[in-house]
Amino acid sequence: MGEITPPPLGVDRLIDDRRIRVIVCCGSGGVGKTTTAAAIGLRAAERGRHVVVLTVDPARRLAQSMGLTSLDNTPRPVPFPDRGDSTPGGSLHAMMLDMKRTFDEIVEAHADPDRAAQILANPFYQSLSSGFSGTQEYMAMEKLGQLRRADEWDLIVVDTPPSRSALDFLDAPQRLGRFLDGRLIRLLVVPAKVGGRAYVKVLNAGFGMVTGVLTKVLGGQVLKDVQTFVSALDTMFGGFRERADYTYRLLRAPGTAFLVIAAPEPDALREASYFVERLAQEGMPLAGLVLNRVHRSPAARLSAARSMAAAETLAADGQTDPPHALTIAALRLHAERMQLVAAERRVAGHFTTAHPHVPVAEVPAQPDDVHDLAGLGAVGDSFSAG
Amino acid sequence: MAGEARRTGARDDGRPDTRRPGAPWSETPDSLQGVSTRDTDWEGVRLHVVTGKGGTGKTTVASALALALASGGKRVLLIEVEGRQGIAQVFDCPPLPYEERKIAVAPPSATQEGGDVFALVADPESALLEYLEMFYNLRHAGKALTRLGVMDFATTIAPGLRDVLLTGKAAEAVRRKKAGKLVYDAVVMDAPPTGRIGRFLNVTSEVSGLARVGPIRAHADTVQKVMHSAETAVHFVTTLEEMPVQEVLDGIAELRGLEGGAIQVGGIMINMVRPLELPAGQVRELAAGSVDEHELALGLKAAGLDDTVRLAADLAAELTEHAVAAVSQEQQRSKLAEPGQPCYDLPLIPDGMDLGGLYRLAWALRDQGAA
Repeated sequence: MGEITPPPLGVDRLIDDRRIRVIVCCGSGGVGKTTTAAAIGLRAAERGRHVVVLTVDPARRLAQSMGLTSLDNTPRPVPFPDRGDSTPGGSLHAMMLDMKRTFDEIVEAHADPDRAAQILANPFYQSLSSGFSGTQEYMAMEKLGQLRRADEWDLIVVDTPPSRSALDFLDAPQRLGRFLDGRLIRLLVVPAKVGGRAYVKVLNAGFGMVTGVLTKVLGGQVLKDVQTFVSALDTMFGGFRERADYTYRLLRAPGTAFLVIAAPEPDALREASYFVERLAQEGMPLAGLVLNRVHRSPAARLSAARSMAAAETLAADGQTDPPHALTIAALRLHAERMQLVAAERRVAGHFTTAHPHVPVAEVPAQPDDVHDLAGLGAVGDSFSAG
Repeated sequence: MAGEARRTGARDDGRPDTRRPGAPWSETPDSLQGVSTRDTDWEGVRLHVVTGKGGTGKTTVASALALALASGGKRVLLIEVEGRQGIAQVFDCPPLPYEERKIAVAPPSATQEGGDVFALVADPESALLEYLEMFYNLRHAGKALTRLGVMDFATTIAPGLRDVLLTGKAAEAVRRKKAGKLVYDAVVMDAPPTGRIGRFLNVTSEVSGLARVGPIRAHADTVQKVMHSAETAVHFVTTLEEMPVQEVLDGIAELRGLEGGAIQVGGIMINMVRPLELPAGQVRELAAGSVDEHELALGLKAAGLDDTVRLAADLAAELTEHAVAAVSQEQQRSKLAEPGQPCYDLPLIPDGMDLGGLYRLAWALRDQGAA
């Protein structure tokens, strides 16, 4: 068929490379991103690294799969069993992002207590810090920066937020930073500022229209809250964008590796494609694609068509004794499995045709859900291939 | 509201008999009641909100539901709100603009006429521009506002506004009339994932923290009314896996316990179901690993296949794996029965999802009374 085989992705080689300090797992929702991040974290710890896994998923899935009842904003140790072949000396921590607390901490660190209290009590700030979806991405990147600066771990594995699209976590921090540092904010803050004269020239007619429209749409109170918030935040101007830029640079630094996670389904692989292209465009280092939940068959030599035909033969011959119900079920099941395998190969093939140089690691579908360390370990074992 | 009585019970409770034979005050003869169009579980619901965990096939199921609702000569609008162009992919057509356009026809059957499905990709910025134009005749100012970052601010930064613009678009389509007649018989919204659905739909409490008065508040109140009415139901899409199922249960609890009042929970659409044609008892035995390879080998031989002993061993492994999955799926299924909502099964399309598969899902929904 002239199928292109992608180069194998050696996950073990990646986690054994001590120069790698940050692994970012990204991909669309529902592809097993959190599980992959946790499995990589566990495997790296088993192989002797000091690992912290940062998850931002409000469904607390990582907590479940790591046997923790809750994760909070501080890394918690995760004890893991020695499965015999572990390299001694490794450790594993896990944490879940509390985005509001992370935001609060930034405010507290950058404003004097009075002003900080003023900001924290502002209704606009409260909505922004807990309600806006971009805040999550921004705070995830902020937390990553903090963990990296703390330098207590030699590997940080990040699970990106369950965004609308995989690219959101790259864009949202910049968007929020752009907004908080932007022209509009400066514009809005003018009336609350003494000596806003410098801006008058820039604004003149435009200002009236903007506030006019915003008042119409949002109501006057919102605008007042925003203005109060912004003037209270004045000391931090410049800071947000700067911080977003810092993490952005961190993501491009040599010690960072991106793994794109997908399942062998058209939507997930399409997202993965976008992501691969975007990373290349941004000059960010892509390590490869992890393809989760790949179906295989130990009896691949029996094709779907032949299996189905054999099942039909037996079913038509229903009078025989024994009636072969078990065999018929097994054959139909196998036919279906082979169809699924072929469909998965097809979509994975499309990806590889478009991105022939992207290494791929396949993780076989687990018959049962992964919800404990043993399950994570089994996922991790599949990384030894390649 | 015919759906009202049924909502509380699981499907296998049977459909309640709404006729009241012998009631002396009944003015409608019993015989006439049975003549009405085919009864579904969601009579009276006009806004179908479809949510689910990412990766469960939410967009596909929303599309199938729109097709199913359209059969019988109906007009249905399918709205996408997350800017992923998922609908275009499902229907295999070029990216859709912010514009309602016909995207598919529900084929007629022996007893039913066909119908039309329209699609709209709603993005908050366009919705805001439309809103400004509608109420303030401000569309021409839109460009200037966009340049200044006002649109960015209003649609992505101002919390809650984005959501109210999107749900507002759906509410508007549900209520829209032309020449005194409703334009759409039903609206299906491919909504954000379960983790965000409560916040997305509970418009007023989201916005109320900000806009206490003003036009957006008034708009939000209107939307709120539609969302909380019996005309709206939220359907959950899941697969029979632990985490998606847990999200359904959490999502249902969230909608029922919303501060601003409960939002009607619809059906649970169980996607990618793979039936195993063996009795449950035997499946449990198989899951425990006791596959009779000898029996299998005999069957394979009878079917005329070669190398039956080795093949039997491999198929046995496959069978066991599948049975393990089936057992865990049955556990998940019993969890899904807890909230007491109707469940609908949608088969796995093993050779990959395409338009044909979409129609199959649509008929499966229809056959089970979901539409």
